[in-house]
Amino acid sequence: MKHILTLALCLAATPVLANRVFVSNEKGNDVTVLDSETLEVIGTYPVGNRPRGITISPDGKELYVCASDDDLVRVFDPETMQELHTLPSGPDPELFVLHPSGNPLYIANEDDNLVTVVDTETHQVLAEIPVGVEPEGMGISPDGKVVINTSETTNMAHFIDSETFEIFANVLVDSRPRFAEYNHDGSKLYVSAEIGGTVSVIDPQAQEIVHKINFEIPGVLPEAIQPVGVRVTSDGKKVFVALGPSNRVAVIDGETDEVLDYLLVGQRVWQMAFTPDEKYLFTTNGNSNDVSVIDVEATEVVKSVPVGQQPWGVVVAPE
Amino acid sequence: MFKGIIVLLAGIWLIASPAPAQERPEPTVIGAAVLRVDRPGLPPISRLELPAEDLGFAGARLAIEDNDTTGRFMGQDFEAEEVVATPETAVEELERLIGEGVAFIVVLADDETMLALADQAGDRAMLFNAAARGDNLRGVDCRANTIHVAPSHAMLADGLAQFLMWKNWPRWFLIEGSHPEDAAFAAALKRSAVKFGARIVEERVYEDTGGARRTDSGHVQVQRQMPVFTQRAPGHDVVVAADEADVFAAYLPYQTWDPRPVTGSAGLVPRTWHPAMEAWGATQFQNRFEELANRPMREEDYQTWLALRMIGEAATRSQSADPEVLKEFMLSENFEVAGFKGQKLTMRDWDHQLRQPILLTTGLLLASVSPQEQYLHRISQLDTLGIDRPETECEFREPT
Repeated sequence: MKHILTLALCLAATPVLANRVFVSNEKGNDVTVLDSETLEVIGTYPVGNRPRGITISPDGKELYVCASDDDLVRVFDPETMQELHTLPSGPDPELFVLHPSGNPLYIANEDDNLVTVVDTETHQVLAEIPVGVEPEGMGISPDGKVVINTSETTNMAHFIDSETFEIFANVLVDSRPRFAEYNHDGSKLYVSAEIGGTVSVIDPQAQEIVHKINFEIPGVLPEAIQPVGVRVTSDGKKVFVALGPSNRVAVIDGETDEVLDYLLVGQRVWQMAFTPDEKYLFTTNGNSNDVSVIDVEATEVVKSVPVGQQPWGVVVAPE
Repeated sequence: MFKGIIVLLAGIWLIASPAPAQERPEPTVIGAAVLRVDRPGLPPISRLELPAEDLGFAGARLAIEDNDTTGRFMGQDFEAEEVVATPETAVEELERLIGEGVAFIVVLADDETMLALADQAGDRAMLFNAAARGDNLRGVDCRANTIHVAPSHAMLADGLAQFLMWKNWPRWFLIEGSHPEDAAFAAALKRSAVKFGARIVEERVYEDTGGARRTDSGHVQVQRQMPVFTQRAPGHDVVVAADEADVFAAYLPYQTWDPRPVTGSAGLVPRTWHPAMEAWGATQFQNRFEELANRPMREEDYQTWLALRMIGEAATRSQSADPEVLKEFMLSENFEVAGFKGQKLTMRDWDHQLRQPILLTTGLLLASVSPQEQYLHRISQLDTLGIDRPETECEFREPT
């Protein structure tokens, strides 16, 4: 009987679910849930210690949170925010990427120079892949064949075969690579370098850097321009880069790699997520404890919403 | 005997370092050494500051681990021989290392020994100064074969001065010790006061007359002596202590005649590293170090780590193991290294000093980081700390 009730709740909840925005608060040990239309806070829920990376299954039924200090990935029902189960993650999970099919999950273990691969159905560890020092950024090609890991002290993007779990190429990028993101047709891979202050545009076929994007903001010290999160619109035309303590998000032409604009957001902006219709882009601002909402079409910041302590990651539920 | 054990341990550890994941061609070895020159002396005032036996070496081990992890992908293997010497045996040990063909030597020594070793090495090795802070080593006594990873007195003093000016605490009561290194730090503080517009209202010298430190009832004496020593100073905002010899400064906080904060060698202390630093990804760096060394990281460890990371970074970027190529690259304006300080660290070509932010720390925490954002510079904000190009007294001559 209880099962039927839960099922009924889930079914009824589906349209609402599509509009939920989940923000992990690193110091608050919780997740703030927002409504992507009203931009109101729905609630705040405890999720374990030092939550950082956050993602959601393609069917929207499982929310994954890297609980870094618990050395676990915690899995929640996105509707009730009740914990469903945990996944073994290896020590200090920071960021992860889900295979486009929803399984497996590829997790960067920052303290242990490993990428751990976990089956989201059987909850078993499939592989541990030795990578460079301080693995962080995780990306996956749109066809799911290539996983990218960036290592912050080794300064490389490691190309990993998603089935054999072998590294088949390494591309040296600028200092402290934080994030890796493919465009939707898989023709470009963007890797941000926090200390280097650049985004490398890599040809994934040749595994070569074809262009380096530099940033310059009048009145902002170059040292403060620290690229972290990268998101690309599905048509590949606009690339958004979070620039950390410069409190800006850069807007880049996805075809020419030229910087078009800088949008002023909250303090120390790191990660970003689109709504499924790409109407809005949400940014986590770790030092001002808020989320900025960017209107993607107009490339304008339309609102900032206070969330928890030191917001780190953000994901929006799928349609 | 002690040295023998350390070298042996280093050997074991090298063998135990992680093997390449896949079969690859024989890696190229890039060798270095860490030469720590221990001067016999009294233990520190606080027993919390007792130096660990692996001081500096633990930082080296972490750097080699980090370099080797990257080296796996580059076909490079890094090594660092660990050597303990005394001021008397330092030159002999240096000669032995050079004789073994070691091209990069990280030195943890006092100013005088550092300079003597640089002169001894000449053009046969590149030295990395990971401890000595003397401004003369970057000025009149600069040597082309030395890279200064340790900050200078001037950088530390400027980092502190910027913060004190930001606080609007411009009136300083300067107390310096009676040792030459205390006078050197005091000179840097006086220079900083002029540079940033502070005023030294009075200078006093605290004579080191020896005596029983840390005896059973030492605090009773301290509680009587420190207020008396600091009384009748003109109006001041802060006490600034220059006590590199660690004789008195640690006793000053809460014991001064006037209720004023203590800064400099105690209280608010400028440093390169602090084990409570968590910003800029430092948490994971601290975790990795503590797992390896079973103790918190000290400045000597950080500076040694950074020196060896510079070699690793140069080898990765230049894809070379040739010491000449690495040396040239490290000294070029294209060289940059990340050191968990929120920005790239680069080299000053006029005195071979590594640019770096200075942490201002209290006992348990980081209070601030200099440069303070209000202090601007047309080249690099980091050049507001220490001796800038127009002021340098360094003229590199060919090593003799």
